[in-house]
Amino acid sequence: MTTTAHDEAVPHPLDEEAVDARVRDALSSFDAASDLDELKAARLAHTGDRAPIVLANRRIGSLAKEDKAAAGKLLGRARGQVQKALAARTEVLEAEHAERLLVEETVDVTAAPRRRRIGARHPLSVLQERVSDVFTAMGWEIAEGPEVESEWFNFDALNIAPDHPSREMQDTFFVEPPDAHLVLRTHTSPVQVRSLLERELPVYVLCPGRTFRTDELDATHTPVFHQFEGLAVDEGLTMADLKGTLEHFARKMFGPEAAIRLRPAYFPFTEPSAEMDIWHPDAKGGPQWIEWGGCGMVHPNVLRAAGADPDRYTGFAFGMGVERTLMFRNGVPDMRDMIEGDVRFSQRFGMEV
Amino acid sequence: MRIPLSWLREHTQLPAEARAEDLMADLVRVGLEEEDVHRPSDEISGPVVVGEVLEKHPEPQSNGKTINWCQVRVVPEGQTQTLTHEGISPDGIQGVVCGAHNFEVGDKVVVTLPGAVLPGDFRISARKTYGHVSAGMIASVKELGLGDDHDGILVLSTLGLDPEIGADALELLGLRDEAAEINVTPDRGYAFSIRGIAREYSHATGTPFSDPAEAVSVLSPGEAGHEIRLEDEAPIYGVPGCSTFVARKVTGVDVDAPTPPWMASRLRLAGMRPISLPVDISNYVMWELGQPLHFYDAEALRGAVRVRRAEPGERLTTLDEKDRELHAEDLVIADDRGAIGLAGVMGGAATEVGPTTDTLLIESAHFDAVGVGRTRRRHRLPSEASKRNERGVDPRMAAVAAQRAVDLLVGLAGGTDTGEVTVAGEVPTPEPIRFDPSAAQRLTGVEYTREQVVGTLAAVGADVVDDGDVLTVTPPTWRPDITIPEDLVEEVARLVGYDVIGSRLPVAPAGRGLTPGQQRRRQVLSGMAAAGFTETLSYPFLSQESNELFGRAEDTGTALPTVRLANPIAAQLPTLRTTLLPGLLDTLRRNVSRGFHDLALYESGLVFLPGDIHGSPSIPGLGRRPGDEVLASLRAGIPEQPRRIAAAVAGDEPAAELGDSGRRRDWADALDAARTVAELLGLELEVAQGRHGALHPGRTAELRIGGTSVGWAGEVHPKVVEEWDLPARTAVMELDLSALLEAAAEQVTAEPISTFPPTTQDVSLIVAEQTPAEEVRSTLAEGAGELLEHIELFDVYDGAGIEEGRKSLAYALRFRATDRTLTAEEASTARGEAVELAVRRHGAVQR
Repeated sequence: MTTTAHDEAVPHPLDEEAVDARVRDALSSFDAASDLDELKAARLAHTGDRAPIVLANRRIGSLAKEDKAAAGKLLGRARGQVQKALAARTEVLEAEHAERLLVEETVDVTAAPRRRRIGARHPLSVLQERVSDVFTAMGWEIAEGPEVESEWFNFDALNIAPDHPSREMQDTFFVEPPDAHLVLRTHTSPVQVRSLLERELPVYVLCPGRTFRTDELDATHTPVFHQFEGLAVDEGLTMADLKGTLEHFARKMFGPEAAIRLRPAYFPFTEPSAEMDIWHPDAKGGPQWIEWGGCGMVHPNVLRAAGADPDRYTGFAFGMGVERTLMFRNGVPDMRDMIEGDVRFSQRFGMEV
Repeated sequence: MRIPLSWLREHTQLPAEARAEDLMADLVRVGLEEEDVHRPSDEISGPVVVGEVLEKHPEPQSNGKTINWCQVRVVPEGQTQTLTHEGISPDGIQGVVCGAHNFEVGDKVVVTLPGAVLPGDFRISARKTYGHVSAGMIASVKELGLGDDHDGILVLSTLGLDPEIGADALELLGLRDEAAEINVTPDRGYAFSIRGIAREYSHATGTPFSDPAEAVSVLSPGEAGHEIRLEDEAPIYGVPGCSTFVARKVTGVDVDAPTPPWMASRLRLAGMRPISLPVDISNYVMWELGQPLHFYDAEALRGAVRVRRAEPGERLTTLDEKDRELHAEDLVIADDRGAIGLAGVMGGAATEVGPTTDTLLIESAHFDAVGVGRTRRRHRLPSEASKRNERGVDPRMAAVAAQRAVDLLVGLAGGTDTGEVTVAGEVPTPEPIRFDPSAAQRLTGVEYTREQVVGTLAAVGADVVDDGDVLTVTPPTWRPDITIPEDLVEEVARLVGYDVIGSRLPVAPAGRGLTPGQQRRRQVLSGMAAAGFTETLSYPFLSQESNELFGRAEDTGTALPTVRLANPIAAQLPTLRTTLLPGLLDTLRRNVSRGFHDLALYESGLVFLPGDIHGSPSIPGLGRRPGDEVLASLRAGIPEQPRRIAAAVAGDEPAAELGDSGRRRDWADALDAARTVAELLGLELEVAQGRHGALHPGRTAELRIGGTSVGWAGEVHPKVVEEWDLPARTAVMELDLSALLEAAAEQVTAEPISTFPPTTQDVSLIVAEQTPAEEVRSTLAEGAGELLEHIELFDVYDGAGIEEGRKSLAYALRFRATDRTLTAEEASTARGEAVELAVRRHGAVQR
């Protein structure tokens, strides 16, 4: 074996004091390491192939046989101490490192980019769904029909005589040529007649949908609007059932304080007829009665037109405007906001109404 | 209908202190909806009194005008002024400057004293003018809000008035009265009269009323009057155009006599401008009794007055000076010269009462409502008369109203009743109705007593014969709307009050809930919103050009069939949409103009596709179920109206990283939107290179389900982008949602999930540029066979190293077996077969 300068630092395998000194060297250099990189250097210096204790250990083989056990014990203990200290220091520094890394990775969560933005439903669509849900929960069905409709379904079947003022061009959009007897439906009531014709009695249906009248667009009118109409035809139905249904509906839409008031009115398709007001506890400007729609007991001529026997069955019907409901329920000030398609309007509502 | 309160008070117990609002609150209970309040005293108030002109000194001014410096006594002589306001003289004599000259010393005039407020918030005070302190104003008709006449001040003697000095002029001129305006439903013509409202007020409050018709004592027919002939030879629905015609003659009428202020005031409150005494009387009687009247200049009439249908080519100049061509269905009043009036709608000019008229012939007739309505619509001639006649007038009022008019002409216009009375035709009598009183409970759920039912119907004015279980009820002549038992039920319910109706929630049979189609539609609409799109709604009115551009794949040179409106909202938008795209793009553009550039919009709604059968030549009548064949033919004539869904995108996606402007949206986003819709329904769209007239010819995808075309997606054609002023690269898609809903699976069957590891292999193929990647993909899938679990295009390259006219497509293939771990060899074999098929089918070369 050649002697090198390095060798001088290598203790004799039986020199306990020198071995302990190297162990102390190692331990103190581990302690001095302030991060994992420095510890790695210290580890290589004190446990690497050229480390004094490792080299001393390697020399045991060259000792006299009787000295080998003592040297082995001495260096084994020394290496154990070094390894233990190294492990302990590694653990400390790794924990510190992990800690520091988390601190360094801190971000400003308030400055996050948006990767996927959801869009929005139109509140008129959603409101129709909410209304439908109230009625399907009561066992009613949701019925729909065409928007270009036969005059018979839109008027005659509903007991609206050919000379009734609502059949004038100033109220109703007629499809060319007028003698084809097609109109843009002026209400969703034709769906009621269709429902009666298509279904077995009893019938409980709600008909939401788009309707048309020749109004000019302004803050409170639009030529294209939406309605929901309800129809129940069964044995023994009275105006009390109508009122009970409307009250239930009103509470679902406007809270438990909501109430319904009926006032006498006239519609060709109901007799008796009523205007309904709703007590709106959260109305803008304080709780108040607000006109909500029309209703009444189905006129016997409507039942007859749909093939139902008015001596056996009675029925009630009601109808409200979706736009109007949205206006006073959700505080929409101007009808035009609902039809212009400004994204801010829908996005204010998101997925709800 | 406007109701002057003083007028109603004459016939009811409306309290003296009641205001219009109180009246409306009462009337709404019986179904007369409140509309408005008309209250002159909201506009005019303060000391406005009768004054007598004591002195009038004309003083010419430097501006060429002459003013009058007047002393006006506003407190009776010997009394002292009790009004206190700055400028009101304690001695009761006001100095007033007046610019008008149409009065003399001694005239009684209306003086607005300091402190008064006139219409237009015109505040009167003592002010210096023309060298005097003018302490008030002598008022004109216009300044008082009584009319438009500004030709000088109001001299009270011209109204036939000689009131006491100092009297309250507002009271005198009826300006303290007010009117309630109510909305009358079309079934209740009688509510267009004070008479009808008085009865309704009585119903609403339970207080007694007097029928103004009862106060009139009608002269029986005696002296032969002007000959009237009812000659309707073409009644509508079998109902004669005129059932009763009462004619009366009054002579010596002073047509220039002033209309008394009480009458003028009531007419003004009723919304009618006072015109001349005869016209005002006829309006007054109409308002009071609901019977429209017409006055003829009796000397202008030639021969008998006939009521008949118009003759072919007949013309008439109506009171509004319009020459009208009459329709054979128009009912006219005629004399020997021809038509002299449109019955129940408007009189003619030839026989109009004029300044020289001395003798009036009064027409008070009952016309058929349907005919009047048709004539009014045909000639666009709405009038107070036609409004009443169309809704049904009490036929018994013909004689009463004629008498009332005679009485007023005699009393106010100095006329003399000639005693001539002609009554042509007969007063129709209402049909009795058999009425089971329990019907009221059957429809309302309220347990009315028999007495309540009988009593209520009697109060309505019906004749009730109560002899047995079922009542015989004859409705009153003023209620032509009551024809069936249900009408009587409404009267009972209305008068007893809707507030006694109970509340019960009916139990419907167990329902099906939403149909699968309705549920899936919601899923699509919500899913699109969750995917980042904003729902909008647009009108379905389009120009034919927009329909042709967006509504079909290509311009075929022939007109696209569309549903056209007879009375469109705007002349340039006469057709209904066959596509949602124009409406959606309008919405897109509106948003861009409001400063929003990054947009993803969608809309769902019906489109209108005309079929071979268009409408029905005739339709069935009321109250009867048409036969199945008739119903089927009605349905067959209705245009097809499938539901579509469309989306439009423009601008950027949201930024993925801060500082990044986001990804530019393009045709692929539109296609992706279509695929999202399909996936929301569990469907996969087949995509093929397509063409569409409004889309970029190289960037259009035709979308199919099961080989059937269901829509398009692509970039809007640059020319269209320019013409429609859209953002560059705007892209759209439109799908037949009805067809997709139809195609959606009712139920999904699960597939076993293999837990064996996958083997992935990539394939790069060089193919001709025009070969669609989708076709290559499906070829590879077919060739790879059962072991292929998934295949995806991950790269398209046509840069360096690729021959001109060709491109490289790279696909990732994932293989997996359900029963074993695949070996690399098995996967390679499957891949090889896939490549081989692509080589054969597309001339592909492996890269």
